[in-house]
Amino acid sequence: MSRDDKTGFHSPLRRKLLMGMAAAPFAGMMPKTAFAQTPATATVNTTGLAVTDTEVTVGILHSATGTMAISETGSIQAEKLAIAQINEMGGVLGRKIKFIQEDGASDWPTFAEKAKKLLVQDKVAAIMGCWTSASRKAVLPVIEQYNGMLYYPTFYEGLEQSKNVIYTGQEATQQILESINWVVKEKGAKTFYFIGSDYIWPRTSNKIARKHIENFLKGTKVVGEEYFPLGHTQFNSVINKLKLTKPDVIFTDVVGGSNVAFYKQLKAAGINLEKQTLITISVTEDEIDGIGGENIAGAYSCMKYFQSLDNPNNKEFVAAFKKMWGEKTVIGDVTQAAYLGPWLWKLTVEKAGSFDVDKIAAASADIEFTKAPEGYVKIHPNHHLWSKTRIGLAQKDGQFKVVYESPQLIEPNPFPKGYQ
Amino acid sequence: MKTAPSFMDRKDLLALAVLAAILLIAFPVLLDGFRLNLVGKYLTYAFVAVGLVLCWGYGGILSLGQGVFFALGGYGMAMYLKLEASSVENTKIQSTPGIPDFMDWNQLTELPWFWQPFHSLPLTILLILLVPAFFAFVIGSAMFKRRVSGVYFAIITQAIAAIATILIIGQQGYTGGVNGITDLRTLHGWDIRTDSAKFILYFVNVALLLAVVCFAMFVRDSKLGRILVAMREKEDRVRFSGYSVANFQIFVFCLAGVFSAIGGAMFTLQVGFMSPSLVGIVPSIEMVIFTAVGGRLSIFGAIYGALAVNFAKTSLSESFPELWLLGLGGLFIAVVLVFPNGLAGIWRDYVQPSIDRAFKLRSKDPADPGHDVAKQASTLPAE
Repeated sequence: MSRDDKTGFHSPLRRKLLMGMAAAPFAGMMPKTAFAQTPATATVNTTGLAVTDTEVTVGILHSATGTMAISETGSIQAEKLAIAQINEMGGVLGRKIKFIQEDGASDWPTFAEKAKKLLVQDKVAAIMGCWTSASRKAVLPVIEQYNGMLYYPTFYEGLEQSKNVIYTGQEATQQILESINWVVKEKGAKTFYFIGSDYIWPRTSNKIARKHIENFLKGTKVVGEEYFPLGHTQFNSVINKLKLTKPDVIFTDVVGGSNVAFYKQLKAAGINLEKQTLITISVTEDEIDGIGGENIAGAYSCMKYFQSLDNPNNKEFVAAFKKMWGEKTVIGDVTQAAYLGPWLWKLTVEKAGSFDVDKIAAASADIEFTKAPEGYVKIHPNHHLWSKTRIGLAQKDGQFKVVYESPQLIEPNPFPKGYQ
Repeated sequence: MKTAPSFMDRKDLLALAVLAAILLIAFPVLLDGFRLNLVGKYLTYAFVAVGLVLCWGYGGILSLGQGVFFALGGYGMAMYLKLEASSVENTKIQSTPGIPDFMDWNQLTELPWFWQPFHSLPLTILLILLVPAFFAFVIGSAMFKRRVSGVYFAIITQAIAAIATILIIGQQGYTGGVNGITDLRTLHGWDIRTDSAKFILYFVNVALLLAVVCFAMFVRDSKLGRILVAMREKEDRVRFSGYSVANFQIFVFCLAGVFSAIGGAMFTLQVGFMSPSLVGIVPSIEMVIFTAVGGRLSIFGAIYGALAVNFAKTSLSESFPELWLLGLGGLFIAVVLVFPNGLAGIWRDYVQPSIDRAFKLRSKDPADPGHDVAKQASTLPAE
């Protein structure tokens, strides 16, 4: 690796940046890309982005305050880790990554305001950010208008595709179809009961699940479907219905703090998850932290990543993450997807040989990242990721035991035909 | 009893001129397009704050549900813009082209009846003004006629704000749910996303705000304004004097609601979307805070309050993304503890007297305190 020795930090915006300092520990753990020489700024940046001879600025836009902070903190940490590691390797096209962090404050208009600030005022080359669908929907018109590049980490409902966004989480069909096929095959499930939080992601996900169950699988049906407002904590009525209908599978996409009440009340009502099959697409290691492993042990979760994945990439990633952010931190699906953002951007920039957003958008298709903690990922021309889906069995210690992994990478299909 | 102060005396004209100069000249010259658009957003909250000055500062009716009216205006405008953005051509990938995208995602196959009027711009503008007025009238009639007031009224309005949020989030097929109504593009064919459009909208916003300020001053200085103050100070006395207190309360509540709705409509135009995060309890209380910081007895103070608090919010959050809320909270506590009359109180007690001394502009009649309402109330007949 030949590193440009002039690469130093001079930082006009030093108030809110955390530089890639804690870098030494990561030396040598990532593939080393050799740069023959640093290309001239004028050739790699023709649109006036914040790129100098030694630095390139990106934005991090998540909620550090408000109700979403607890979920988004992991993403912020993962992105900072990735940036630190990339800088340790010599940066991107010979330039160190400097980041400007903004707080979306769990408030969608604020997300839009900060995204605009990052693009218009700071001229960032890319934004790693957003978490909820609502924040992405608020930011999307801004990103498209000012031609920015957003790396969005959360698994989400699909029905969206933009030249200016790379979706590093799974879209709904990738997550759901595999899990339903598995539970029908492995558990002989015939009847499903859907329980979700009331907003676009659970509703769309359940719609896809229902269409799959009704149209593509024989002899299975949905016996109930209920939604609860975000933050809801009284699930007794639906638990009574579960006891009456006795579905083979409870399929849930309850999000956030509601999960804590839901699983505790299930347990209190005597529904034993060791016997009653429950499959969730919304509980990661982060949520179990709040729910308590003893309350959810026995439930299945369907994700593309679990902290317990047994592969060398993941072991290095988990070790580096804990070294930077503390031994007690847990890493959930979205945190890993957020970690992919800066890496995919770096690889794309190097393929395009330019920081220009149009060139990055065009070069994104077929970018491969072989060192991803989840294994191997590749960007599809529709700007979503090819990825495997896994099913984890929740353990008392808050981790998941992986019981199934899709044999192939699953193609992202944000506008699924036959599921609308 | 002295005669009521005339509408717009010299001090008012001066204050209006200063405000107009700041908003119309200083900001556009000093700020870049992005910051000017932010100021435009802050000023939409100033509409609400001016309404609250009349309703709360003068009328003594504390409403913690102004976000509802802000939303009614904002959603009205957003519905019009969304329909225009959802032409059959733009939405041809949907199962039902021609309806807003979120309806399609929620398996709606035709436009609900209450969306129909929002195809027309004049009708939309009319509804933005009438619907909030109607709602305020219904809420006001139900409560003021039963003599619900004070803390009880505040709690009920807060509950209404909570209900409105739940309703909007729950009925996502009709309202866009948590995401709100996003991806708005053109107003009657005019692209509102361009920088030049944002610039023009800023001036439209300021012009409307100045008009609202003049109207608020007109109300304040009319006989109606004096009755509002009298009601606040001693509601029963006004009632025994033969006035129908409830009708005055309903009127000022409706007026505050309409002001909020205008702000909401301008918010949608300038920010480019509307979402339930602007409806609920927190934003409604924030709007009361703007008014309190500015000074709830001062129309101009409320505007400066909305600007100051939002400036602080933006700059603190940009500088300290993880700690800014604590700083903001500290600032509020400091203001309330040290300056209970807000920015306007600081101006009145410290700045104005020194200016007066310097320029010897003191009014000839030392007993005439201008429009300081706390003292204005004392010009009413003593008990």
